[in-house]
Amino acid sequence: MDLLLEPLSHAFMLKALLISALVWGVCGLLSCYMTLKGWALMGDAVSHAVLPGVVLAYALGLPFSLGAFVFGVGSVATIGFVKQKSRIKEDTVIGLVFTGFFALGLVLVSKTRSNIDLTHILFGNVLGISSADILQTVLISSVVILLLLLFRRDLLLFCFDPTHARSIGINTGALHYLLLSVLSLAAVAGLQTVGIILVVAMLVTPGATAYLLTDRFDRMTWLAIGSSVLSSVLGVYVSYWTDSSTAGCIVLVQTGLFLLAFLLAPRHGVLRRGNPQA
Amino acid sequence: MTMRIAAEQLCVDYNGTVALYDASLKLPSGCICGLVGMNGAGKSTLFKALTGFIRPSRGRIRINGCSIVEAQRQQSVAYVPQSEEVDCQFPVSVWDVVMMGRYGSMNALRIPRSSDRVAVRDALERVDLLELSRRPIGTLSGGQRKRAFIARAIAQRADVLLLDEPFNGVDVRTEKLMADLFLQFRREGCTILISTHDLTHVRDFCDLVVLINKTVLAYGETSEVFTPENLSLTFGGVPPDLLTGNSSP
Repeated sequence: MDLLLEPLSHAFMLKALLISALVWGVCGLLSCYMTLKGWALMGDAVSHAVLPGVVLAYALGLPFSLGAFVFGVGSVATIGFVKQKSRIKEDTVIGLVFTGFFALGLVLVSKTRSNIDLTHILFGNVLGISSADILQTVLISSVVILLLLLFRRDLLLFCFDPTHARSIGINTGALHYLLLSVLSLAAVAGLQTVGIILVVAMLVTPGATAYLLTDRFDRMTWLAIGSSVLSSVLGVYVSYWTDSSTAGCIVLVQTGLFLLAFLLAPRHGVLRRGNPQA
Repeated sequence: MTMRIAAEQLCVDYNGTVALYDASLKLPSGCICGLVGMNGAGKSTLFKALTGFIRPSRGRIRINGCSIVEAQRQQSVAYVPQSEEVDCQFPVSVWDVVMMGRYGSMNALRIPRSSDRVAVRDALERVDLLELSRRPIGTLSGGQRKRAFIARAIAQRADVLLLDEPFNGVDVRTEKLMADLFLQFRREGCTILISTHDLTHVRDFCDLVVLINKTVLAYGETSEVFTPENLSLTFGGVPPDLLTGNSSP
C-alpha cells in the first residue's frame, strides 16, 4: 500500500498521474475513430509535424498549443493538396510531408536561442509539467471531449459509410476536417505526456486493443478509455519505481495490454480462436 | 409530370480523367430500372453523383424536381453499397446499421425517438432480420448483410433506391426476398436503380434498362433497348454472353 501511496506525496507525481490519465483518456476515445477510419499513419504524421509549430511558438512567446495546432492542421492540408495535385500515393505523401515538417522543426530548434529542451518535446516531460502547460492541456482535452461527444454518432457513420452519410445530407467534408482538427488537438495534448515520438501510441493502441475485445462501438470506446487510463497510471508508477522513462513505461504497459488482448481476447484473440481463418 | 430522377448532360471527371460525359436520363416514379455496363463504365460514378457524394463538373440532376441538396434534406435518395465496399469487421450491430438510415431525420445529436425505433423495427421485419438485430454485422452472411443495408434504405423512407450490384454473392433466399421487396417498392412508388453486369437479372426484374459506357448509350423498355447493336456498344464489341456466361435468348 505504501508502494502506491508514497509516490503521491510528491506534488509532481500527483500532477503527472492526473494529467496523464486525462490526456490518455481523451486520446483513448479518439483512438477508436482513428483505428476504425484507418488513420494511424495520419496520427503519426500530425504528431511529428507539430514540432516546428512548438518551436516557433516558444520563440515568439505564444502558447505552444497554438503553434502546434497551426502546424498540425497545416501538415494535413499539405498532404491533401499534394495528394490531389500529383500522382503520388497517399502513404508516400504522408511520409514525405511529415518528415519535411519534422526536419524543419529540428533545424529551428538548433537555430533559435531559447531554453527549449528538445528531448522534452520528443520524449515528453510529464514529471516536470508547468502549471501553464497543465492549464493548456486541460483546456485542449475538454474541447476534444466535447467535440467527440457532440459528433460521436456522425463520426461513427463517417468512418463506416461516408457515401450514405453524404446521401442523407450529412456534411462529410466538415466531419473530415473536424476529425483532423481533433487529431491535431489531441496530438498537442499528448505531446506533454509522452512527447512527439510516442504520441501515435496514444492514438492507435487503445483503439486497437479495444477493437479486439468487442464488436460493439459503445463498449469499444469504454474499453479504449479504460485501458488508456489504466496504462497511463500504471506506467507512471512503474517509471517511478524503476526510475526510468515515463513515456516509455506508459507506452510499454499499453503495448502489454494490447498483447494480452491479441492473445486472449474472447472472440478475436489468437489463442481463443477456433478457426484461424475467422 | 415530375420525373423521379432527371439528369441532364452530366459530366464527371476525377482530376482530368473523364468518368462520365453527357449522360442524360429520365426515370419516372414506380419503376425498377437496370443500370448495365462494364466495370469502369461509370455505374458507380453515376450513383455517387445521384447521392451527392461527388459533384458533376457539368450538367444538372433533379430528384423529384429538386436539387441534390434539397433531395438530401428530404432523405429522398438511399444508397445500398456493394458488399465489398463496407468494412464488415466494423463494430456495429444490425440494429445500429439500420438506425443510421434515420440519422438524417433526427436532431443533431442523433438521439433516436420512438418513431425512429418503430421505423427500424419495421424495416428489419420486412427484410426478415428482426431476430438477428442485436448481432454484429461481421457475424452475418453476405446475403443477410445485404438485407441489413436494404433495411437501412427502408428505414430512411427514401423514394429513390440505388443498389450497387445487389445480387453479387447473395444466397437464393435473399435473392428471392429482394425480388419481392423490389416489387413492393415499385407498388409504393419508389424508383429502384440496380447496377449490374448480369443481363439475366435485368430480364427477370427490370421494367426499364439504362445502358452505360462512359455515357448513357440508350435507355427505355428492356425489350426495346436490348438490341445486339446497343449491347455491343455497351460491352465494347464483346458479345454479352461471353461476359456473363449466360446464353442470351
